Amino acid sequence: MSGGYNEIHPEPTTFWSKYIISFDHKVIAKQFLWYGIIFLGIGGLMALLIRWTLAYPGEAFPVLGHLLFPNSAGIVPPDSYAMLFTMHGTIMIFYAITPILIGAFGNYCIPLMIGARDMAFPMLNMLSFWFAFLSGLVLLASLVLPLGAAAGGWTSYPTLSTMIGSPGAGQTLWCVAIFLFGVSSTMGAVNYVTTVITLRAPGMGYFDMPLTVWGLWLTAILNAIFVPVLGAGVILLTLDRVMGTTFFLAGASATSGSGDPVLFQHVFWIFGHPEVYILILPAWGIVSDLLSFFSRKPAFGAKATALSMTAVSVLSTIVYGHHMFTTQMSPLLTQSFMTLTMTISIPSAIFFANWLGTLWKGSIRFDSPMLFSLGVVFVFGLGGLTGLHLGTVTTDLYLHDTYFVVGHFHYTMAASVLLGGYAGIYFWFPKMFGRMMNETMAKIHFWGTMIPLNGIFFGMLMVGYGGMHRRIYNPFVYDSLKRLIPINQMITISAILMGAFQIIFVINFLWSLYKGKKAPNNPWNVGTLEWTIPSPPVHHNYDVIPVVKCGPHEFGNPNLKTGRDFQYQTEELVEGPA
Amino acid sequence: MSHASSLDHHQEERNDPQFGKASIGKLAMWIFLVTDAMSFSGFLLAYGILRATMDWPHPAQYLGINLSGFATFILVCSSLSMVLAIDCCKSKDRQGMLNWLLVTIAGGVFFLGIQVYEYQHLVHQGMTLSSFAHGNNLFASTFYVITGFHGLHVLTGVIYLICEYRFAREGRYDNGDYNRLEILGLFWHFVDLVWILVFTFIYLL
Repeated sequence: MSGGYNEIHPEPTTFWSKYIISFDHKVIAKQFLWYGIIFLGIGGLMALLIRWTLAYPGEAFPVLGHLLFPNSAGIVPPDSYAMLFTMHGTIMIFYAITPILIGAFGNYCIPLMIGARDMAFPMLNMLSFWFAFLSGLVLLASLVLPLGAAAGGWTSYPTLSTMIGSPGAGQTLWCVAIFLFGVSSTMGAVNYVTTVITLRAPGMGYFDMPLTVWGLWLTAILNAIFVPVLGAGVILLTLDRVMGTTFFLAGASATSGSGDPVLFQHVFWIFGHPEVYILILPAWGIVSDLLSFFSRKPAFGAKATALSMTAVSVLSTIVYGHHMFTTQMSPLLTQSFMTLTMTISIPSAIFFANWLGTLWKGSIRFDSPMLFSLGVVFVFGLGGLTGLHLGTVTTDLYLHDTYFVVGHFHYTMAASVLLGGYAGIYFWFPKMFGRMMNETMAKIHFWGTMIPLNGIFFGMLMVGYGGMHRRIYNPFVYDSLKRLIPINQMITISAILMGAFQIIFVINFLWSLYKGKKAPNNPWNVGTLEWTIPSPPVHHNYDVIPVVKCGPHEFGNPNLKTGRDFQYQTEELVEGPA
Repeated sequence: MSHASSLDHHQEERNDPQFGKASIGKLAMWIFLVTDAMSFSGFLLAYGILRATMDWPHPAQYLGINLSGFATFILVCSSLSMVLAIDCCKSKDRQGMLNWLLVTIAGGVFFLGIQVYEYQHLVHQGMTLSSFAHGNNLFASTFYVITGFHGLHVLTGVIYLICEYRFAREGRYDNGDYNRLEILGLFWHFVDLVWILVFTFIYLL
């Protein structure tokens, strides 16, 4: 029944069909990578503007301030501040992390790692990118509207996000952009899930797949199930804004009838909680693989890691209520959601212990992908632990909507995913572009990211615990918060430092694209399928579809006679020591 | 490309034990249906919460149950004719397949026609997307959004049916390969099934 799938397609010849509307998963992956990196830059600049305002309120933003805010002498005005944190969140989550981790790595790694010639539906894949592109344009267009972009927070809670809270067209465009993005994500998700199920090379069972593919696959499943719920939510919100309905409008603000603002929070978090796992699962998968690759040891409990990631995905669907403890939920519900939330720590602890077990007594190679992976282990550990405070009703009532929450989700979603994404870029860059990245610059980039990153996000945990609320333009109008100014300045200086060190990454990336050392087929000595073919791979990836005979993490077997310390997945498994 | 064809042969052999007998397109359609079911769930959940927490007019008072019941009957029948079309394709009965596909298309179009007529009638009685003359306007809003969203699905289905009808007339399915028709059938039955739920929640309960 596979007629037409996994065949060798002729190579495109024109510029247009090769780079623009390409059906090739490798080109689409690169398109998503560029798209994500550009948005990462925009979102990062917004973060700096926010941080500057919080550390030096009332002072002009250096260098760019006068250009961006000529009417307020370079100072970020309060309404722009609200737009900045809204757009920072939206851009980072939907337009930076999603395209890089899911769009780029998903497209690049899934077919190569499972031994396929392309995705199951190459045209759908192409459409998925261009829908995302259109969505990005709509979102960016909202920045130049007379009343500005959306300013109700990335969660866009009503009543802030209705016509009463945000009268401009920015919020409407936000809804349209998110809907388009949902369409793109759904197309991608259907494609990924089908590809993993149907196009695995002969002999490759589900547990022979690299854990990267597991992470991406689970992400795609969650995406397929939960993005449409957000789609329904933003359609209702758009109707409220454009057609005069009152789904989310209540009380005095509504002209007639009465809706329910909290309803949006339900719909949003039914999507939103799985979404945080959608974002982190690819990074977990990548890190699980890289820790084994660079410890030169089989991944400790690889099957348990895969199953516990699955368990987290399942549990993530029924815990969304912990985002809403302060919405006067019945205590019975809050207790149930708290218990379910705490259950997630069991599978999380399993794969975290497996990560440490993989490192244990390994002959660790501290190449840049490994440094970034170890960084993920550290920051995800911290982020996960702070989650316990927020999942518990009693402490959450105090910490809700403070910078503690901001610190927590930046540790888990921003720091872990960013470091995981960098690990992936440094690791697959040779395969993607056929050249090595500069290792010295990569290591400087790592330490220049890792140290300030902890300054920023640990600082956020501290000021949050000290009582500083998120989303306040100038928290220091409150006397009780004035003592937090020095920590806020420390956070901001760390943020500027971290931003500066990202320039090293950009230089390294661009320089290596053209001038980097030519990459061998298998620079990291790893046995997964993508390293058996040339770097970069030919158009149809595999001349002959490989036959898989062993798992992805066969390292350090003393009985190996090949002179290598690892096995390719295409080699018959050599029995280890008895 | 001599080895390419031997590879394809190889895949024919291997694909079945790896994921059963479903074709790739069919699998993808099932995943898409889960996705689509979740978007309906989003709307129906919102409807359920709103209806449970506030004054709600009784639907039977304001909605034409008889007419919509008839439309439901038509849609269910068109699901049957879809099955018969696939059955004819299996037994290589070209004319039967084309006829039953036409009947299915007619069923979908007829359903849409009834929906348009119903909307016009209701608007005339003071029930628009954002207002309701006899009570809570959310009654009208949720009605139009959910039935409208379903109507879009029927419209999509009709367009999809017409495309496949053209392929069928070109003779693509004369060899008895009903895979694509079956995938179309999945979508059409889903639209039908969802309507039965929507009809129950919006009109009957």
